[in-house]
Parts: sequence; C-alpha cells; structure tokens
Amino acid sequence: MNIQNIINEIEKVDPEVYERLDGRRGAMKNFANFSGKVALAALPIALGSMFKKAYGKGSGVTALIDETLNFALQLEYLEANFYIKGVATPGLIPAGPGVGALTTIRDHENAHVTFLRAAITSLGAMPVTFTAAQFDFTARGAFGDVFSNYDTFLAVAQTFEDTGVRAYKGQAGNLMANNDILTAALNIHSVEARHASHVRQMRKARGANVKPWITGKDTGIGAAVQASYNGEDLTTQAGVNIVNINGFNISAAAASEAFDETLTKDQVVAIVTPFFV
Amino acid sequence: MSTKNSSEKDLLVASDGRIQSFSRRNFLGYIGGASALLLTAAACKKDDNNDNGIDLGSGDVGILNYAYALEQLEAAFYTKIFEAPYSGITASESALLADIRDHEIAHREFFKSALAGSAIPALTVDFSSINFSSRDSVLGAAKAFEDLGVTAYNGAGKLITNPDYLVLAGKIVSVEARHAAYIRDLISNGSFADNTALDANGLDKARTPNEVLTIAGTYLKTKINASNLPTS
Repeated sequence: MNIQNIINEIEKVDPEVYERLDGRRGAMKNFANFSGKVALAALPIALGSMFKKAYGKGSGVTALIDETLNFALQLEYLEANFYIKGVATPGLIPAGPGVGALTTIRDHENAHVTFLRAAITSLGAMPVTFTAAQFDFTARGAFGDVFSNYDTFLAVAQTFEDTGVRAYKGQAGNLMANNDILTAALNIHSVEARHASHVRQMRKARGANVKPWITGKDTGIGAAVQASYNGEDLTTQAGVNIVNINGFNISAAAASEAFDETLTKDQVVAIVTPFFV
Repeated sequence: MSTKNSSEKDLLVASDGRIQSFSRRNFLGYIGGASALLLTAAACKKDDNNDNGIDLGSGDVGILNYAYALEQLEAAFYTKIFEAPYSGITASESALLADIRDHEIAHREFFKSALAGSAIPALTVDFSSINFSSRDSVLGAAKAFEDLGVTAYNGAGKLITNPDYLVLAGKIVSVEARHAAYIRDLISNGSFADNTALDANGLDKARTPNEVLTIAGTYLKTKINASNLPTS
C-alpha cells in the first residue's frame, strides 16, 4: 500500500485533493511516522482519520461556514468602521436628513458585526477582529478626500453597499448546510440592498446620475470602482433572455436592473484589499 | 460546494408518477430552451378544480412557483398603477415606478419561462382594497408588497435545494429590497430600513410561505395551495 498512489488516484476524481490536505501536512508527517510503526491492519483506520479531516461532511461543511461567516464579518467591520469615522468627522455630513440616515446605517453595520461575532462563536469557531487603525478608506489615495468631501464619502458608501450585496449573494451557497445561518445571512443581504438604495438616492439628490438600482454596469462614480459593477449588465438569467421577454417591452437597462449579480470571494477581496492597511 | 442535498441530480416526478433524474446543468439548460416540455413533469397540478386552490407543487419547483405567484401579484399591481396614475405623481416617481413595474414583469416572465410546463396558471388579483387615485394608498400598498417580497424570498432561501436557484432568488430579493427602500423613502424619507422592517440585530425578517400567502391572499381572488411546499 503506497499512500502516494492512493492520493494520485483520488486526484483523478478530485483535483483539489492536495489543496484539501494542505495545511494538514503535519498530520501527514505524523501519519508517515505512525505508519512506519503500526501493523498493516491499522492502516485503513489511520488513513480514514486523515481523509475524514479533509473530506468529512461534518467538519468540512462547518469549516466552510465558519470561513464564510468570517469573510462576511470582515466586510461588516469595513463598513462599520467607515460609517463610524464618517459620522464622527466634524463638517463632513451637512446638517439635514443625511445625518440620521448615515447614523442608522452605521448602527446596522455595527449590529451586523456583533451578530456575526456571536454566530461564529456559537458555532465553536473564532471570529476575526479588526480595529480602526487597520483601515485606509482613501484606498491608498484613490479617494484622498473621503472624509472631507461629502460626495466622495457617499460614493465610497455606495460602492461598499453595492459590493456587500454582491458579496453576500455570492457566498449564500456556502451556507446551505445550516438553515439558520443561511437565513440570517439572507436577512443581512437584503438590508445591505436597502442601504444601497438609500445611499444612491442620497447621491441622486446631490446631482449624481444614479437610481436606487444598478443599471447595466454603470458605476455613477467612475472607473475607480468599476470592478464592483462589472457583470451587473447581465440580461440573461438561467438561459432565459430577459430583454423583451415573452413580448413584454423590457429594455436591456431594465433587464439588468431587475437582477443583481454575484461576486466571487476572490473578486470581493481584490476590491476591498486597498481599503485595508 | 456543499448542499443540503449532496446529489448533483435533481429529482422530478413525471406525470406518470415515475421519478426522473437528470443533472442540474441539463435542467438549467432545458428550462430556457425549446426542450422545456421535459418539465411538463408536473410537480404541480395546474388546477385541482377543488377548494384547495392552485397547487404550487413540491420541492424546488414548488418554491419557484411560489415566487412566480408573488411576482404575478407585484407585476399586476404596478401595471395597474399606470392605467391611471394617482394625481400629483411627479416625473421622478413616474419614471422609477415604471422601472419597478418593468422589473416585476421581468421577474414574472422569467419564472414563467423557466418553469415552462410546470408553471402555475395566471392568478386573478383583487386590488379592491387599494385606491389607485390616492398616492398614500398606492405607496402604502407598494410598501407592503415590497417588504412582503423581501421576507418571502428570505424565508424561502432555506427551502431551496439547488444552489443555482438559491442564487437566482438572491439576485431578485436584493432588487426587491432596493424597491422597498425607495418606496419607504417616498412615503417618509429615512424609513428605508427602520425598525418596522428590521429586527434589533439590524436584520431583515423572513416569513414562511404560509405567513406570506396569508397576507398576499388579501390581494388574490385565486386561492393558492402551498401544502406541498417543503417546510425545512
């Protein structure tokens, strides 16, 4: 029995076998030492234990949920810290309804941080923690006046909210094994969409050419945030062309607006990385 | 990707009672194309001709029919608004409400096309409780429909077994939430996500199909039977 042959065989049906086992090299090393000493009869048990860690339904699914929730928590920290600083910056937000709205959104993002930390802890995992000093809301200078120019602040807010909606949507499938967690994530996802809608209305009131929903892949901001909107111009869903569907007068713009699109974790990470020190 | 149902196959009960199985990718391919007839597979009965009402069906098809029913209701409502817009409607309101109408029609027709032979028939609405000449009445109903839609999709997510359908529901629910926030702000600026919609944790709420259909029933002449929908 040659463990390398076994893994090679598994690789034929699961190309990710090495990735799954990666991080468990210590276990493999132990296994190698162990296998030198144990009787042949014990090998299947030892092997089973190793692969159960890599593939085990319980542990693998739980780990994916933990990881996904921590990713969501990281995004909520980003948003919460952004609004905390914005609301606390004198002279940034003009007197008027914007103060109340942004305070409301800040409070929601803080509540999401608290909620996700509790959820992750309840699953027996360790929630990540971020502090204010770990963020750079200028995105390395791309939004240098984010806390002195209200329009820049709102543009970044819009991008965060629209990106957050896409991020949660992209991760929902990872949570399907836990109904309570999935439902909670969906209940956050739609709140981010409510925020996005309102921030867009705030920007429209200040002259920006945006609607509460996303038209095509228009940013209403500029090229700096294009990555957050690429793919939103999709007009075909599950093979069904939405434009003028079944004889109804549905424009390409409306067809794209009617469905928000997902972003993968990698896409989201690439978008938000400049906002972390 | 992990799913509640680890099988890559979707099971459908054929009209003759046999269980049919084919891959999810094929299924998604079929639902958009000419082969949609394969789905005549009748997980739902078009009309029971009895007091139980229109049977939404079971499994994922039942959930998609449930969404189709709600989108029918919303699309009919916004279409009706434009037959005789309320007095004093502004150009901005008119433009954005027309957008919402088009989104809801797009959702409705999408489900109709995707479900093909498994789709429930057109529902008959009852908007007699809404005064379409009154802005307050129209926007109040719009708010109720949009908030209801958000809670409906949020509650249906866990009932879906196919991850692709979960994503589709997600693509729609965030647009409904955008609508809800806009309508709420039209009624009272700043109420886009107030504590009448959200809980103390800053989360939207989820409703079960039965809870949703009880509320929606006020606006429907057609009775809907959700008894075969999954419950967990």
